[in-house]
Amino acid sequence: MEAAVIVKDLTKVYGETTAVDVVSFSVNQGEIFGLIGPDGAGKTSIFRVLTTLLLPDGGSATVDGFDVVKDYSQIRSRVGYMPGKFSLYQDLSVEENLNFFATLFNTTIKENYHLIKDIYVQLESFKTRRAGKLSGGMKQKLALCCALIHKPTVLFLDEPTTGVDPVSRKEFWEMLKQLKAQNITIVVSTPYMDEANLCDRIALIQGGKLLSVNTPGNIIKAYPDQLYAIKADNMHALLKILNGYDEVLASYAFGEFAHASFKNKAVDLEGVKSYLTKKDLTGLELKKTGATIEDSFIKLLKD
Amino acid sequence: MKKFLVFIKKEFAHVLRDRKTLLILFGMPVVQILIFGFALTNEVKNSRIVIMDQANDAASKEIITKIGASRYFDIVRTVMSHQQMEDAFKRGDIRMAVIFPAGFNNDLLHQNAAQIQVIADASDPNNATTLTSYVGSIIQDYQAQLSKTSKIPYRIQPEIRMLYNPQLKGAPNFVPGVMALVLMLVCVMMTAVSIVKEKETGTMEILLVSPFRPILVIISKAVPYLLLSLINVASILLLSVFVLDLPVNGNILLLFAESTLFIITCLTVGIFISVKTNSQQVAMLISLMGMLLPTILFSGFMFPIENMPVPLQWFSNIIPAKWYYIIVKDIMIKGLGFNAIWKETLILSGITVALLIISLKSFKIRLS
Repeated sequence: MEAAVIVKDLTKVYGETTAVDVVSFSVNQGEIFGLIGPDGAGKTSIFRVLTTLLLPDGGSATVDGFDVVKDYSQIRSRVGYMPGKFSLYQDLSVEENLNFFATLFNTTIKENYHLIKDIYVQLESFKTRRAGKLSGGMKQKLALCCALIHKPTVLFLDEPTTGVDPVSRKEFWEMLKQLKAQNITIVVSTPYMDEANLCDRIALIQGGKLLSVNTPGNIIKAYPDQLYAIKADNMHALLKILNGYDEVLASYAFGEFAHASFKNKAVDLEGVKSYLTKKDLTGLELKKTGATIEDSFIKLLKD
Repeated sequence: MKKFLVFIKKEFAHVLRDRKTLLILFGMPVVQILIFGFALTNEVKNSRIVIMDQANDAASKEIITKIGASRYFDIVRTVMSHQQMEDAFKRGDIRMAVIFPAGFNNDLLHQNAAQIQVIADASDPNNATTLTSYVGSIIQDYQAQLSKTSKIPYRIQPEIRMLYNPQLKGAPNFVPGVMALVLMLVCVMMTAVSIVKEKETGTMEILLVSPFRPILVIISKAVPYLLLSLINVASILLLSVFVLDLPVNGNILLLFAESTLFIITCLTVGIFISVKTNSQQVAMLISLMGMLLPTILFSGFMFPIENMPVPLQWFSNIIPAKWYYIIVKDIMIKGLGFNAIWKETLILSGITVALLIISLKSFKIRLS
């Protein structure tokens, strides 16, 4: 089976800055593929090249077997695209927006209602409300409906959960799973590392370069060091001390803990604890922990 | 076709749901017509004058009645000392004084000559000239009346005839001008802004990633404004006929057809601006500075083009409003038919087609 999206040595330059730097990856049909990286990593540029909105400065890309430069019109009628910014007509009602986009793609709401049914039922009671007056989560759902209404083969979602509350975010990912079941390929970008685990495969991206492309499980498995979570009453001081400790390989803040790995794989935990106690740290807590995508990301960034 | 209708429906919704747009769209023409019609007129209406009748005889009374009957004058007081009169001039209470000397009728009947003193406040020279010439013509009128019954055989009477605008009304001049101005403003600015708005809010991004055709977007943007502008033309014409007493002398259908052409020209100008700009502010500025100013300056509506330096006269040829202004004047005031304006019509059509082609060619099918 041919891959839904193939990106080869893709480069995009804006004046002096290289937004996308020789990036290659492919997305299999029917999978949820995540582009994970902080703001300014080049995610949106990749999306815009794939949705034929921007011309690449180097390399090539195909979507559904169509070239993003040559066959742009074919791609435009098959893919669904949801930009990062809410981009529906704020002065049109929910129903009018949906109807407009359905007609735009030569279809009707009725024809593909099964695709959006689960999402649209939540919007149904706001049918006549103007899109501009919806809450953030509702807006995302409507935008997703509009991007889905023509039964796209590939769905591009650029940071769909940015600025959305945690409950809506969770719901949103549930919906993506259902869409995957309908055999729609989904390419999604997010700056949230915790959402990476919800993808089938992810690409970690930073500064326009891909750091790694794999399943979330494999990326975590590939993490080479044993991580320890350390906590103290004075976290600020703890981080400073860990940074200066010559046994430490890497250390950084991670939620309410500090994550640290040591040069010696069989490090003496008691020794570490007494070292930290000597430095006047109180309330110490020290335990082994597993790596997460974020740890992998930080590790990959350092290499 | 269905796609096209949905597009147009959507554009109508954009226009009709935005109160501010609606206000500009329909409020502006009415306000402009009324302002130009009543406030900014260079006619002299209801000027306050003082009349001192030291004669108080049949002749002076008759002339005073004639002056009083004219709607240009508003007679303030009929008895005043010279000192009072001067003070009134200084305060600006009166614009003109007409003084009949004692024995006015007597002089007229016996010496066949009499004098009337007319003093005007010439701090506004135009106003003074107009006022004195009004009075002069009233007096002449009276003379003519007299000479019918008198035995003096030859009297040379200059006959002044003002073509097309016998009363020197301001309206014939400004109604075509305001029509050109309003249509230019509404059509250029509104379309320019409405397409750029799609770019700014990001909806253009979604539209681009769809099987739409640029021409579809352009035409569907233009149609609602075309219809709404035609309503504007109708309301301006209604105002000018019923409020300003300016009838449409020519064929009204021809006038509407030419207006439709001009509206389409303006819409393509707006589309052209929106294709070339990326923010609503820039689009608005360009439509205002780039279109409104030349329209006022070079359409011939405010300043006669014949008086301009030759290069500026050439430049005025690319201003669509100039041609439309000529067309409306010809149809509405001179009552001429299509064979008088086919050249202007052709030029307007040419400008429209050229702009439309350039806009379509430069419509960006991608971002940036």
